[in-house]
Amino acid sequence: MEKRVTFKGIWLPLLLVLPQILITAIFFFYPAGQAIWQSLFIPDPFGLSMQWVGLGNFEYLLSDRYYRASFVTTAVFSILVTVVSMGVALYLAILADRLIKGSGTYRTLLIWPYAVAPAVAGVLWLFMFNTRVGVVTWYLGLLGYDWNHVLNEGEAMGLVVVASAWGRISYNFLFFLAGLQAIPKSVIEAAAIDGAHFWTRFRTIVWPLLSPTTFFLLVVNIIYAFFETFGVIHTITSGGPQQATTILVYKVYSDGFVGQDLGSSAAQSVILLFIVSILTVVQFKFIERRVHY
Amino acid sequence: MATLTLNNVKKSFGKTDVIHGVSIDVQDGEFIVIVGPSGCGKSTLLRMVAGLETITDGEVQIGGRRVNEEEPMARDIAMVFQNYALYPHMSVFDNMAYGLKIAKVPRSEIEERVAQAAKLLQLEPYLQRKPRELSGGQRQRVAMGRAIVRKPAVFLFDEPLSNLDAKLRVQMRLEIRALQRELGVTALYVTHDQVEAMTMADRMIVMNGGIADQIGKPLEVYANPATEFVAGFIGSPPTNFMTGALLGRSAETKIGVRPEHITISDADRLKARVTYCEALGAETLVHLMVADGSKITVRQDASLPLPEEGTEVGLTWADADEMNFDATGKRI
Repeated sequence: MEKRVTFKGIWLPLLLVLPQILITAIFFFYPAGQAIWQSLFIPDPFGLSMQWVGLGNFEYLLSDRYYRASFVTTAVFSILVTVVSMGVALYLAILADRLIKGSGTYRTLLIWPYAVAPAVAGVLWLFMFNTRVGVVTWYLGLLGYDWNHVLNEGEAMGLVVVASAWGRISYNFLFFLAGLQAIPKSVIEAAAIDGAHFWTRFRTIVWPLLSPTTFFLLVVNIIYAFFETFGVIHTITSGGPQQATTILVYKVYSDGFVGQDLGSSAAQSVILLFIVSILTVVQFKFIERRVHY
Repeated sequence: MATLTLNNVKKSFGKTDVIHGVSIDVQDGEFIVIVGPSGCGKSTLLRMVAGLETITDGEVQIGGRRVNEEEPMARDIAMVFQNYALYPHMSVFDNMAYGLKIAKVPRSEIEERVAQAAKLLQLEPYLQRKPRELSGGQRQRVAMGRAIVRKPAVFLFDEPLSNLDAKLRVQMRLEIRALQRELGVTALYVTHDQVEAMTMADRMIVMNGGIADQIGKPLEVYANPATEFVAGFIGSPPTNFMTGALLGRSAETKIGVRPEHITISDADRLKARVTYCEALGAETLVHLMVADGSKITVRQDASLPLPEEGTEVGLTWADADEMNFDATGKRI
């Protein structure tokens, strides 16, 4: 059993948790409350008055075809980022797990990209794929491919997906490697003696035993793709071309701060708040249950 | 069912040699125990037979066929691991059926063979359980069952009983032996417990620092150890060793006498002081110290009088019970 410290009275414990409560209240509850409140109004262009519209902002949003398109874009983007970053990470983790010599170096090098901030990662990839001066663009040109993510929607999406997934591979790699190393070696050996070749072993033994890790990463990566890729998208495509890379979070920013439609922006924030709550509940349920196979 | 031949098998990790050449011809249906202290290379030797470690030099043959380059699955062997290595996400049934499913054995035959093994091992009520819902002894049985259903040519056991409590260990060791006899499968069994080696083996290989010091039937090895190491490792309490100088002989030699061959008497060869007596009921172990500080243990019948602690007594033994070893530990 865990040892618990019990305090007498109410004032000391309250004092001890006060800093945390203050921070949460000022930086989370207050703005969240503001967003919910604002989502029920339409302010005038100069911000001098607000008009009560009830759920009007939401009604308008849900019938707006650009907003619904943004949902699809977000889904495509998140799925691609999650699949690419987890797929590559798993592949690298399997390779690193088999390595005996030099695995430390390999691991350290693979973890580095995690230290790069999303906006910096975005600029990095932007330079490589810049339509005029990008190195990769130039080589693609030599091969006869005309890369232009400023005009081509598919290429724009591809680029933001790769840039977002790249920084995330390190994080996923760490978890996958730890997950792989937690599988007893003798279980794999027993399967080998039982006649299972590498791929069969992976499918029937490794993958099921890795599933708690995989599920955890799935949730964490979707949350990342939803909310933390703003920097990448802002630096590379600014949501374009033609809103092809405008994910929900980016639309909150561009409608609110660029389009000055604060009511709609607030309503979008509330919808996002709702989505993130669901994801968090899923995540916590999972962590509490501590999946046993 | 098959013979197993090791022909001067060697293993090195980089520049470190861990097995210096082991050779043995195992007969069909024979139960061979590889015994030795930890780090002597016994598990490595077993894993080389299994195909889990590469063979640096020499040859392993199963059923007269060279298997050095073959994958574990092609060698027609089954292995029971120390930690059982059960698939934690599969039921007992699936654990046992796994190898058969991969070999694409028809469903009806899989069920029949698993049912047979389950009956043999008294696992029938647990077939739908997961390994974590079983006791240690039951897990051990599942691991055995997984080996049995595949009907391999050779069974390999890697310290399968060391995670069980003492009572269960005695029971399981009888069961494993009975099972192996009934199935008539050649078996290679690794253990660090010399009692397991003595009781289970048809023949045993005593390993010491990567060298097979002696290969032979348990009682032969016990009665006639080839080296000082074997004499000290096999038998409990271990053989008493005395320097030649103590007995007025060449200082180069060491003399070993088993505890049960020494008697306390007045017609003494050696004077010793009694330090402690352990009365075990059927027998008594008398611990003594001789003039040069080395320790001697005497095992005597409980009916004999207990010597008083602290007194000096005489020790004697028959010449035939003496084992002489040279400076390198070899038997003279």
